[in-house]
Amino acid sequence: MANFETVTVETDLLIIGGGMGACGAAVEAAYWAKKNNVKVTLVDKAAMDRSGAVAMGLSALNQYVGVGAGDNTIEDYVKYVRQDLMGVTREDLVFSIARHVDSTVHLFEKWGLPIWKDENGKYVHEGRWQVMINGESYKVLVAEAAKNALGVENIIERVFITEPVMDGDRVAGAVGFSTRDEKFYVFKAKAVMVAAGGAVSVFRPRSVGEGMGRSWYPPFNSGSSAYMTIKAGAEMTCQEVRFIPVRFKDGYGPVGAWFLLFKAAATNAFGENYMQTHADELKKYAPYGMVKPIPACLRNHLGMIDLFAGKGPLYMQTAAAIQKIAADAGDEKAAKKKLKHLETEAWEDFLDMTVSQAILWAAMNIEPEKVPSEIAPCEPYFIGSHSGASGAWVSGPEDLQTAATKKDYFWGYTNMTTVKGLFAVGDASGASSHKFSSGSFTEGRIAAKAAIKFCVENKDRPKFDDATAEAFKKRTLAPLDLFAAHKDYANDANINPNFIKPRDYMFRLQKLMDEYAGGVSAQFKTNKHLLERGMQLLVMLKEDSEKLAASDLNELMRCWENIHRTWQADSHMRTLLFREETRWPGYYYRADTPDMDEKNWKCFANCKWDPKTGEWAMIKRPIHQIVE
Amino acid sequence: MPSFVINEKCDGCKGKDKTACMYICPNDLMVLDKAKMKAFNRAPDMCWECYSCVKICPQQAIDVRGYADFVPLGASVVPLRGSEDIMWTIKFRNGTVKRFKFPIRTTPEGSAVPSGGFDEGKGDLNDFTLFTEPASLGMAAVPTLKK
Repeated sequence: MANFETVTVETDLLIIGGGMGACGAAVEAAYWAKKNNVKVTLVDKAAMDRSGAVAMGLSALNQYVGVGAGDNTIEDYVKYVRQDLMGVTREDLVFSIARHVDSTVHLFEKWGLPIWKDENGKYVHEGRWQVMINGESYKVLVAEAAKNALGVENIIERVFITEPVMDGDRVAGAVGFSTRDEKFYVFKAKAVMVAAGGAVSVFRPRSVGEGMGRSWYPPFNSGSSAYMTIKAGAEMTCQEVRFIPVRFKDGYGPVGAWFLLFKAAATNAFGENYMQTHADELKKYAPYGMVKPIPACLRNHLGMIDLFAGKGPLYMQTAAAIQKIAADAGDEKAAKKKLKHLETEAWEDFLDMTVSQAILWAAMNIEPEKVPSEIAPCEPYFIGSHSGASGAWVSGPEDLQTAATKKDYFWGYTNMTTVKGLFAVGDASGASSHKFSSGSFTEGRIAAKAAIKFCVENKDRPKFDDATAEAFKKRTLAPLDLFAAHKDYANDANINPNFIKPRDYMFRLQKLMDEYAGGVSAQFKTNKHLLERGMQLLVMLKEDSEKLAASDLNELMRCWENIHRTWQADSHMRTLLFREETRWPGYYYRADTPDMDEKNWKCFANCKWDPKTGEWAMIKRPIHQIVE
Repeated sequence: MPSFVINEKCDGCKGKDKTACMYICPNDLMVLDKAKMKAFNRAPDMCWECYSCVKICPQQAIDVRGYADFVPLGASVVPLRGSEDIMWTIKFRNGTVKRFKFPIRTTPEGSAVPSGGFDEGKGDLNDFTLFTEPASLGMAAVPTLKK
């Protein structure tokens, strides 16, 4: 076995991840930990200043309720999310995040995040729930607060967590390795919080050359959350509800400001506004299709009707929108001033969060006030914090349960999965969409308080002995050993019948998912037979994951990232197959069950892998409304 | 090629244990070639073009060339990040140049106090109130479900 030093860290609460959810957890946990003499450790695979989905920055906070000012109620937010997810959402969880999220946004402002204000000192809204920010350093600020709260001595960067470790039905910690030094890490904990982001590069991306890394969601979110929770035996929910954003084509720059702030229309190549020409289609999805805002999947769907009919490209009519706003400004001087202002806002939208889109526009000489710009659906992503919903099935807070929900949605500590001591937040927790950055941070706070309470009430340490750690070390480092054993056989380090390199393995996974599970080249369509065939092929891919080989630490991380992606893919296909309807057209189409089926499928489709038997179970769970 | 290193400017962070770009890259792409004392991006097709390395480089030795498979040549987007704001220079393929300056924070670096200066709540581990609440919410109490 590769000769790595073993570093053992004994802690009480282990936070896995360094993004918004993890930073929120760190800030809140630090307070309750100090009061209750609990030790907290955070482990991040990157550097917290620029780790996670907000690494680059953001141009808006997408969840702010304004409840204190009386702008909206928590119930309003719950109804909005229910609607957008076609009726499938855990209202207790959405309520839980929404009632605390304004607290978080106010903290961000105190820490120094520039939030746009109007002449009356009120936040400038992009849409009803979205507030505009100068967000280039959003993550830097949030990480700073997390570090100041937890203390840098309790934060370990550049360690990639590979697996959860169990003591029977309770989580006992996790293992991983340093991506910088030859060190194997063993974390022994009373509670573990998974905050390791969503999954990208599970499906073949549109760009398969250099642009492969230009995914809308970051390429370093590699399914670790799904893997950590599934492998621990946690019940998962909404694993079929992936997200396909429609964004500016190829650069994947944000469209929110264009739709919401500038009121731009999207059209097909013939100038037809597909939201109007296909309005009748929405009736098929009543009641969800009949209320504004129209759910994101249905907006996608109406655009895809035109794309699939050969009426592309689709365009964001930026020029028309800007000219109209400028014209409404009044005289020529006012219009010119307004135009300059709008131009700055439009470019900042990209520069704050998707610099690539700015490069692309500059390279194509696009001035948005003069010409429209192409938009297109991206490849599918797993992002339960946004408009997808995939993640672990977690307990809601007790005070938000009704007589009907209590037996289904509550089993103790808020945000604890069905595994004792294992918590999930952000993209790791499911059926609580539209939390975005501010809500993910908030969910981290909520779960952290509950996890500290868990540590206080479960003082005994789970069993996690040296022999267990040693067995995990062997598994974790196996790709290095396999490479060392066989590398001299062939003249090419990557072509060798004894192993597969992570890059080639990833391409195999992506091709499989693209063609069988409704990726871009399949026009997001699949059916029972395609899924069953895809799952057969995935069985062999999973077997071959034992043959992943790594020549160095970076490749070892890529090996494990792809093992993580594979389990996300597996649970996704199983759940696509289980749900015999098409409830989220525009995210995916089951061609053999093309309609929404309220009678049989207005429910959660959950799945669970049993660590003892290795068998999967598929489970229907009821949807309860807690808000009228 | 996403991010790349300008040979003339990179000094390998003077042979320190790790370079600034290695420290910051969220996808672990930047590496120091110790023989040449120059950093490089080891997997340009895994690069998100997040500009973290460009912004942090003390020598301004890292630039980005748009993804070769869909970006026409000739444009550049260059940031200059200070402690309070960031200046962007955008050069179009046709030579047009645009400059924008945006604030990045309203407080001194390092000064973020976790509580934000809000009063702490009751400190009861058993209720659902977070440690800065209800003060940070601007309400008398955290809302619950009307039953």
